[in-house]
Amino acid sequence: MKLTGAQALIKSLELQGVEAIFGLPGGAILPVYDPLLESSIRHILVRHEQGAGHMAEGYAQATGRPGVAMVTSGPAATNIVTPLADAYMDSIPLVVITGQVAASVIGSDAFQEADTTGITMSITKHNWLITDPYDIPRIVREAFHVATTGRPGPVVIDFPKDIATGELEWYWPKSIDLPGYRPTTKGHPKMIREALSLILQAERPVIYAGGGVIRGRACEELVAFAERTGIPVVTTLMARGAIPDSHHLCLGMPGMHGNYTAVTSLQRADLLITLGARFDDRVTGKVSAFAPNAKVIHVDIDPAELGKIRRPDVPIVGDVRQVVAEFLRGLGEGDLGQQADLAPWWAQLEQWRKAYPYTYDRTNEAPPIKPQFVVETLNRMAPPDTILASGVGQHQMWSSQYWSFEGPNRWINSGGLGTMGFAIPAAIGAKVGRPESTVWAIDGDGCFQMTAQELVTATTERIPIKVAILNNAYLGMVRQWQEMFYEERYSEVYLSPDLPDYVKWAEAMGCVGMKVEDPSEVESAIAKANSIDDRPVVIDFRTDTSEKVFPMVPSGHSNDDIVLG
Amino acid sequence: MAADSPSSLVPIGGAIRTPKEFRHHILSVVVENKTGVLARVAMLFSRRGYNIFSLAVAPTDDERFSRLTIVVDVDTAPLEQITKQLHKLVNVIRISEIDPSEAVECELLLATVQADAATRAQVIELVNLFDGRIVDVGSSKLTVMVGSSPHNLDNFESLLSEYGISEIQRTGRVALQRLEMPTSKRRQSRGRVS
Repeated sequence: MKLTGAQALIKSLELQGVEAIFGLPGGAILPVYDPLLESSIRHILVRHEQGAGHMAEGYAQATGRPGVAMVTSGPAATNIVTPLADAYMDSIPLVVITGQVAASVIGSDAFQEADTTGITMSITKHNWLITDPYDIPRIVREAFHVATTGRPGPVVIDFPKDIATGELEWYWPKSIDLPGYRPTTKGHPKMIREALSLILQAERPVIYAGGGVIRGRACEELVAFAERTGIPVVTTLMARGAIPDSHHLCLGMPGMHGNYTAVTSLQRADLLITLGARFDDRVTGKVSAFAPNAKVIHVDIDPAELGKIRRPDVPIVGDVRQVVAEFLRGLGEGDLGQQADLAPWWAQLEQWRKAYPYTYDRTNEAPPIKPQFVVETLNRMAPPDTILASGVGQHQMWSSQYWSFEGPNRWINSGGLGTMGFAIPAAIGAKVGRPESTVWAIDGDGCFQMTAQELVTATTERIPIKVAILNNAYLGMVRQWQEMFYEERYSEVYLSPDLPDYVKWAEAMGCVGMKVEDPSEVESAIAKANSIDDRPVVIDFRTDTSEKVFPMVPSGHSNDDIVLG
Repeated sequence: MAADSPSSLVPIGGAIRTPKEFRHHILSVVVENKTGVLARVAMLFSRRGYNIFSLAVAPTDDERFSRLTIVVDVDTAPLEQITKQLHKLVNVIRISEIDPSEAVECELLLATVQADAATRAQVIELVNLFDGRIVDVGSSKLTVMVGSSPHNLDNFESLLSEYGISEIQRTGRVALQRLEMPTSKRRQSRGRVS
């Protein structure tokens, strides 16, 4: 059977089980958009290619399946660079297809030509420039394999126009031949035994769970392991929901804006059981002062993470799910002796928990609204299985702090790269992947203005997301730093609460728009938003500019210098 | 390239951590022979702030693969991190780490040097001492070629510079592990990742 390259690409995507593509057509990718008309794959037409990339990320984070985006060459490819970098930092499986000028004119500075594989080389797990139509099925298969196995990540297929119009005899590769790509999934038995012996001896152990636990689908194993040993768990920004926040073993988020108990538990620990985490500077603070008395067990599927920042006492390369299952099996055999008594450790942890919860002025009844109150109320009124997306900044930290995450894949945010404007497109992608779940985006006014044109996409494609803007009229996190570290010299951070008019913006884009200024109206507005399911909703919450995110470990300081506010 | 002294090196990504002294290690990296692989390796070094001291690329006896001989400066990053990051490149098949003390190394040098009637004989003698060849002859200059260990070439270069070098080009070294001697025990140090 002869197919054109374009037909072969679409057919290959279908065979990979792709159900949705986020994209925007243009010159070089035009031939591929033609057979798409006959395909079962849903295409979501975005308004900007960055939106397509973040939507694919939101889709992938909500479903655990790879997100797919397709854009044209040149400026479209460069517009999707930010989502690629974002997905690379947060290990999100993405397959991005970029159009390219005809192979015959590559290198001639043709119209809308950009060196996409060159530009994206350092922010993708791998990328391919297709030079022969015959390679299409093989490369698509390889691309999905690389994106989703090992440590997941984004990949790019650069697809020249004459490859799309060329022909090939159709086939589907039976196997994948990548001699240089063989992720280790099974932990070394000797290392696992060494880890278990440390785990049983430890008197102040903490499980430091990172995003790898969620990407590696190891949440059930994590909870079982924590319950079996009674060891407390901290969940990093990327791991929120890996163990339910309501679980008594969950201490919540560590790091720069983590809670006192989680931060200090790591500082005082004698053993860190690090699962799919990477000792990010936002967690460790000053590395030399991080968890100074702790031995470290480090489990990661990416060997390069072991010893990158902190040298582990027991390094284990492997799939976190398999390794934790091995831990449980090893503990079940019971030949390793008794576990140390954790009661004194828990007594200490409980005392911190009681003494230092997250706090803000809950008694406030007058405008402006406390942003934390909005997050808490949204959380309280959210239907079960609600997915929460956020942008980057103060609102992101409040979301992570005051929302109770009860399961994995319900918290969608940009952790490593910290991409402002992430929330709205990511929420749209999540809703496409999980249409039965309510999807809220908590956004800042600064973030909102970066990508809010995608609300048009949401309306026209009937993707009814809900957006809560915590509008404090500032680039809030920058303002916080200028207040605390630059002697209140505010430089270029004021945004105005009324420009743009967010209600009109929402309405112009086919959404329901609301403005809420009084704390007493918060609940009714959220109830109204929750009841609307036929179009997107945007609520402009006027929040208190002076609120800062606490606790806070000042940048470059030891976690012991935590400021409670 | 080691033209004069270490301070004249152009550090690739070295702006991040400029080392005080250079300690070199040789990585022999077998990669898939595909377009862009060299760029991936080079970009990885630049992106992570590692220093490449020299680099040689050539096909292997199997046409599907090429071999890169990379001399890295291990003061800019631990060798373990460099090899682990290299292993993450999909096109990298195998990495062997060769300690310079256990390596047979070779490098080629081409130089054009001032050689008038008064000094010509001395230059030729020097080239002969290093088992080199005269590959081009001009009225007042000679172009000479020497293939030897990098250390010998350093010596040759400084001796030759007395006469006035007008152009010089070195290839970067290639290396293979020294063969096992019946008496000594060779340390196995492969670029293995846990």
